[in-house]
Amino acid sequence: MAKSIASRTIARHQPASASPARSAAAWVSGAPAWQIARKAPLLPTALIVLFVVFAVFAPLLAPYDPTRIALPQKLTPPVIFQGGNPAYLLGTDSLGRDVLSRLIWGARVSLAVSASVVVVSSAVGLLMGLAAGYIGGRVDSFLMRFADGSIAFPGILIALLFAISLGPGVWTVIVSLSVLGWASYARIVRGEVLRLRNLEFVIGARVVGCSPARIMATHLLPNVLDAWVVLMTLQIGLVVLSEATLGFLGAGVPPPTPSWGSLVSDGRNFVDTAWWISFFPGVAIMLLVLCVNYLGDWLRDTLDPRLRRTRQPGAAPSI
Amino acid sequence: MGRYLLVRFIESMVTLLIVSMVVFVLARSTGDPVTLLISDQATAEDMARLKRQLGLDQSLPVQYWVFISSAVQGNLGKSITDKGDVARLIAERFPNSLTIGAMALALSTVLGIVLGVAAAVRRNTWVDKSVRVVAVLGQSMPSFWLSIMLIFVFSVLLRVVPTSGIGTPAHYVLPVAVLTFLALPLRTRLMRSSMLEILGAEYVKMARAKGLAEGSVIWRHAVRNALSPQLTSFGLTLAFAITGSVVIETVFAWPGLGQLAYQAMLSRDYPLIQGTVLLVAVFVLAANLLVDVLYVYVDPRIRYD
Repeated sequence: MAKSIASRTIARHQPASASPARSAAAWVSGAPAWQIARKAPLLPTALIVLFVVFAVFAPLLAPYDPTRIALPQKLTPPVIFQGGNPAYLLGTDSLGRDVLSRLIWGARVSLAVSASVVVVSSAVGLLMGLAAGYIGGRVDSFLMRFADGSIAFPGILIALLFAISLGPGVWTVIVSLSVLGWASYARIVRGEVLRLRNLEFVIGARVVGCSPARIMATHLLPNVLDAWVVLMTLQIGLVVLSEATLGFLGAGVPPPTPSWGSLVSDGRNFVDTAWWISFFPGVAIMLLVLCVNYLGDWLRDTLDPRLRRTRQPGAAPSI
Repeated sequence: MGRYLLVRFIESMVTLLIVSMVVFVLARSTGDPVTLLISDQATAEDMARLKRQLGLDQSLPVQYWVFISSAVQGNLGKSITDKGDVARLIAERFPNSLTIGAMALALSTVLGIVLGVAAAVRRNTWVDKSVRVVAVLGQSMPSFWLSIMLIFVFSVLLRVVPTSGIGTPAHYVLPVAVLTFLALPLRTRLMRSSMLEILGAEYVKMARAKGLAEGSVIWRHAVRNALSPQLTSFGLTLAFAITGSVVIETVFAWPGLGQLAYQAMLSRDYPLIQGTVLLVAVFVLAANLLVDVLYVYVDPRIRYD
């Protein structure tokens, strides 16, 4: 199958990951994993943990109900500006709803949806990549046809289509973003499998009589996990941005549930009078993506120090 | 080599076909357009007549065939909301997307190369670090938020550019700026990484040993060879630019292809949805094919397997 030169050149700048093949037992026992985790950069990790804590404990931490309307206090600026009210730290929106509370509750939706999408798309991609890489032949061509097709396409349009045909809702968002996302994982995993399948331990396993399923599970899987995890950390940021974009366009989780993207959209018409409504959710999105990307970079550098810093598999600018 | 390009072309056609089927099915499942169009007092007869008129009484595969065969001839049907030809609407909007896309493409290419080279040559100095910060920011910022904040700062506070719409050259500033900023990180990073790789190569050492001025070494020898990944990202950015960003056009009320597609989706105008999404797919695939063709001439080391 002719791979597009475009995809191969991006691939050439990926790691020729020469991590030695590990057995399943070594990976699972986790000794290297914990040692790595101990050295993680502090600030990004702490911020991410903070976001997660806010999301999980939203009912306890948010000062107000996010849908509580208080028209007399509408369009209050944040507390440090003139006209601010200490009761509403980040100000209120056009219906008097507290921005801070909506931000905290919005973290729930944004983080939960993004995490789900990453879990689903990475799992599906892993399976497809293993199958395509190891079985090869027609299965490979068939699967990769789907994968290649979805890589460069502006996914936002397809996601919008899904939203209007399946109806807006949490599951629609998860499904549409997962459909768009699995292909990158499949590509990377397939590449690793192609590299691994000719190594001696795999050939040995075949000779001994292991079934393809067993080979994939016990021999191939632990050794593709490095690249797969690295891609995951890179994709999380993209997923968060995509989910926010869908929310902004009105194709995400429907109101009244606040999500960061829809919060920015709420403030769009009030930019001239009440900039804070759009400002803070956007900052939250940006911070989260920054931290996740920083962690991803660090993880990639740690797992294979010979990697160049700037590998971005198939990352077209996200819309 | 010709065989390779032929295979790639056929693959693109297959992908296009798959995309058209997906678009067709999804667009048709957005709800019954007849109920959307007809007035409440319509009789069953009227509904049946409208159905026949729109061709909706045929079976799905037949409808698909009609769609495809007329699309190939350039007839993409009539928009339900606008009552005009879909093809004509697209032709009207497309140049607007093309202009800002092309400008952003050109700017991000030039800036990406310059910044990437600067960052690589002055590795780990403040130049390098600030370029990397800009790149990281560009990849972390939501496009819609950046657009809104720029509108706030430059339109509302400083009043140097209009908030939205099209018309004067000043209207182009913000949309192009946002598009450029979003496309920049990838170009810069790739340039930097390939320059770093090249600068360690033997022939660069040779050029320096020969006594060439550093500027000549960098620009005449190193940069030329570092450009090849730029071509790939050029293809990606080209697709991004051609199709227009749905979000950016929506925020700036820019009458382009992306905004047309979004409005079509909002109003469930399925012929328009099909037409715009299909055309976007065509352009993206064409851009990738173009990149592959250009690669043949740019980098003779590429092997075709």
